[in-house]
Amino acid sequence: MDETPGVRDLIHQLLLVFVTEQAGTRWLPVFQAEVEETLKRIQAHKGVIATMVINAEGIPIRTTLDNSTTVQYAGLLHQLTMKARSTVRDIDPQNDLTFLRIRSKKHEIMIAPDKEYLLIVIQNPCE
Amino acid sequence: SEFVYHAILLSFIGHPEIFPLVFTTKTQEIFNCRVDEDVTEENCFKLIKKEDIIQDLQTRAAISDFHPVKKVVLEYPGEELLVVFDAKFQYGQNFYLVASEEAKENLLKRPETTEEKEEEKEEEENREATLEVQLYKPPVHKPWVSLGSEKEVEEESVKETATKIKYMISRVRRKFGAPITFTDKNASHVKDSYVECTSYQDKTFSIKMLEKDVGVQMIPKIREASTQTKWTYPKNAATQYFPRQLSNEEKEESLSSEKLKEFLTSVHLRMEIALQQNEIMNAFFDDWKALAEDESSSGGKPDVYLKAYQSFTDLRYLKDRTISCVCWHPTIYGIIAVSARKQLSYEEQVNLSEKSLLQQSVILFWSIFDPIHPQLMLECPEDVYCFQFSPSDPNIIVGGCINGQVALWDISQHEEKLQNAKPAADGIKMTAVNTVNASVLHIFTESPLVRYCTVSSMQYSHKKPVTDIHWLPGYSEENQMGATFENRAEVRVQLVTCSPDCSILFWDIPATKLPEQPSSEKIEEEGIFNIPPDVPDTLKHLDLCWKPLIKINLYESDINTEHGPVRISLRELHYHYKTSEKVPSLNTLEVPVKDSPHTDMSAPSSKNLKALENISTGFFVGTEDGEIVYSDWKMEIDSDSAKPVGQKHTQKYTIHTETINTLQRSPFFKDIILSIGGRNFAIWKEGVTNGPMLQSSCSAGRYTAGQWSLTRPGVFFVGRDDGNIDIWDLLKKTYEPSHFQNISESMITFISPCIASPKQHFLAVSDDLGVLHVLEICQALSHASRNEHANVLDYFEREVKYLK
Repeated sequence: MDETPGVRDLIHQLLLVFVTEQAGTRWLPVFQAEVEETLKRIQAHKGVIATMVINAEGIPIRTTLDNSTTVQYAGLLHQLTMKARSTVRDIDPQNDLTFLRIRSKKHEIMIAPDKEYLLIVIQNPCE
Repeated sequence: SEFVYHAILLSFIGHPEIFPLVFTTKTQEIFNCRVDEDVTEENCFKLIKKEDIIQDLQTRAAISDFHPVKKVVLEYPGEELLVVFDAKFQYGQNFYLVASEEAKENLLKRPETTEEKEEEKEEEENREATLEVQLYKPPVHKPWVSLGSEKEVEEESVKETATKIKYMISRVRRKFGAPITFTDKNASHVKDSYVECTSYQDKTFSIKMLEKDVGVQMIPKIREASTQTKWTYPKNAATQYFPRQLSNEEKEESLSSEKLKEFLTSVHLRMEIALQQNEIMNAFFDDWKALAEDESSSGGKPDVYLKAYQSFTDLRYLKDRTISCVCWHPTIYGIIAVSARKQLSYEEQVNLSEKSLLQQSVILFWSIFDPIHPQLMLECPEDVYCFQFSPSDPNIIVGGCINGQVALWDISQHEEKLQNAKPAADGIKMTAVNTVNASVLHIFTESPLVRYCTVSSMQYSHKKPVTDIHWLPGYSEENQMGATFENRAEVRVQLVTCSPDCSILFWDIPATKLPEQPSSEKIEEEGIFNIPPDVPDTLKHLDLCWKPLIKINLYESDINTEHGPVRISLRELHYHYKTSEKVPSLNTLEVPVKDSPHTDMSAPSSKNLKALENISTGFFVGTEDGEIVYSDWKMEIDSDSAKPVGQKHTQKYTIHTETINTLQRSPFFKDIILSIGGRNFAIWKEGVTNGPMLQSSCSAGRYTAGQWSLTRPGVFFVGRDDGNIDIWDLLKKTYEPSHFQNISESMITFISPCIASPKQHFLAVSDDLGVLHVLEICQALSHASRNEHANVLDYFEREVKYLK
């Protein structure tokens, strides 16, 4: 049977759901594997320099950069995202921020915000 | 309270009811009002019968104390008169008589009422203790009792003293409502034709008030004052903070939480779309701007030229000599060094049987500011075929000699002189008249001759001339086994030389001896020649006993042919002449080069150094016969015999017909190599084993020298035997040079470009007659267009694909 990757993923996810209902914490490593896999896939894109996951308070959870740079990025971008989100919601309270892209001379910073976490990817767009 | 009442009552002076009296003691005895016995200060009232007073008056007549008030007593209506003891002499006497019934009553009643009031109060208090609510007693209407204040009120009240004047104005009734008749008057009869009712001051209203009754009240002085307080409050001047971080366990916990997984699932799609958008195209690319740049470079024929800047030659040292190698000084602007060797024909070069020592062979240092006098001269043991400045310390120069030895010079003493090589004083201009004097002057202002510090031992050096010499990159070091180690100190310590005697030698300079401190170690054992005193002690101990570290023989074991390498090119030859290396870009994470202080000069022991795994150990070699050989220097342990065995894979290409004179890696692409030999040149890519990417057609003349351009990735310069320089631009034409220019009449022997300043790019060209030409590269050739790097890279990749 020629499975497309999409179907495979779906089955994979269904299996996970089924299995996790039976066991509790034993499947933590599996969760972690999924997370790892997604992050690795994003990191493997062309031109990606760094990937970071930050919690709602601006504390980095997972990063591919060194600590001091990560902390600096986390603090600054967290504040910027909060500001951007509040701007969008001030204008229209029904609206919400879904994505933020900052293009600079050297690279592009992409931020995907959420209620509890923030995913930051720095990419060098090829000329 | 009693006395207060009296004071108020009796303060009206001239009160008709009070009569102050003096009572003598006799009178007091008669009437029983002795002071302090019958009457006291508190009990000061005494009622005396009227009849007694009258009797006293009759008995004592004039001497009676009551005599002055006799009339009052007789007229007194009541029966008893009140006499009050005036202890305080308010009225001037010690007693006073109250002459009216009402006053008497008032005086007598008050103390009583106060007493009664006090009693009542006590009762009330008792009652209050028992009762909770005090009953409200409305005031009882009492008849008004005059206390004698009407007189004062009357005196103070304001009354009109003057009678008011009444006027009555009347008019006859029949005139009310009568019709009005107007008359006319000629305006010109009046002065200025203007009629008015002028106002005038009425004298009746100019009465001045001379006296006025004004009430004045005395009040205490009022003064307004205010103060302002300084309100100091604490304000943040500086904040010191450090970022919060999660511990590893917390991170683990978050990473494995369900929420994070959901988040990533929902978010990664958006992110990937954005990433892909960037990969597809650059949304901010300004097409108009790019178009403008392309036009300026391709439209019309730009002015491509090499402008002659300076040319150097020396009559004494460079007579009948050809320049073998040219090197720019890496740090000092405008200093260039040339090495010269005897012009030998081809057969003589091969045999090299005779060496003439008639003429001292030197390396000359020229400054572009002074074309006549060389700045410095380095004495060479033999003719130097090739030399290089050390990238980490430009005062160390190594050169390979024609007899196979390697020599080392240390010019740190003359560094200042080189740096101060300013333009020569314009006063010394060479004219035809002065040429005789000039030669005389030349002898007196001779530049110093610097002897070499070290020369390698004859036994272990090459047997044939050293044709190529390179410094190895500073971060790697080899040991005997050929494994590459990290070099802790940033000082370049190793060289590689090759020679047509089929060997490649790696030389090692011990790190402890390279800085300029004189070596305090034991000076030396075997055979030191007399060294002139001004030669630095650097590496003196190595003199004539300097041995190579590794020797690689280029044999092919099965075919048993030898390769005579003439040029060598290693992969990791990246010279950084600028002092600031390590640019921390986010891209490079492969080889961690450690920072080390330059003062730490202990000899590196191979035990502590980290073996670098991913340094490429392959190298290209161009041979005498025109072959290009690609091999590897790393030694492998043969599993069968447990002995170190050299690598077996070597590739050999025969493209060129004559000996290779140039084998150089592109400064922009680490794996692109240019090889020039004979009548053609080729461009190779390391790793592509099919053959060269680009091979030129056979040209009419021979190519004798070549170099990549330092600023443009697709440009290189090729020198010919007729004195021309061909400029090839790979983006324009790949079948012929884009430009050529004649520089000299004889064969070009060496080309060396240099970036002296961002605006000035030089090209040094040396020829067979011993003349060094310095040319300035025009802007079109020196400034790369925006996408040139990417375009050239694309071109090379395309060529590689065509090969396959």
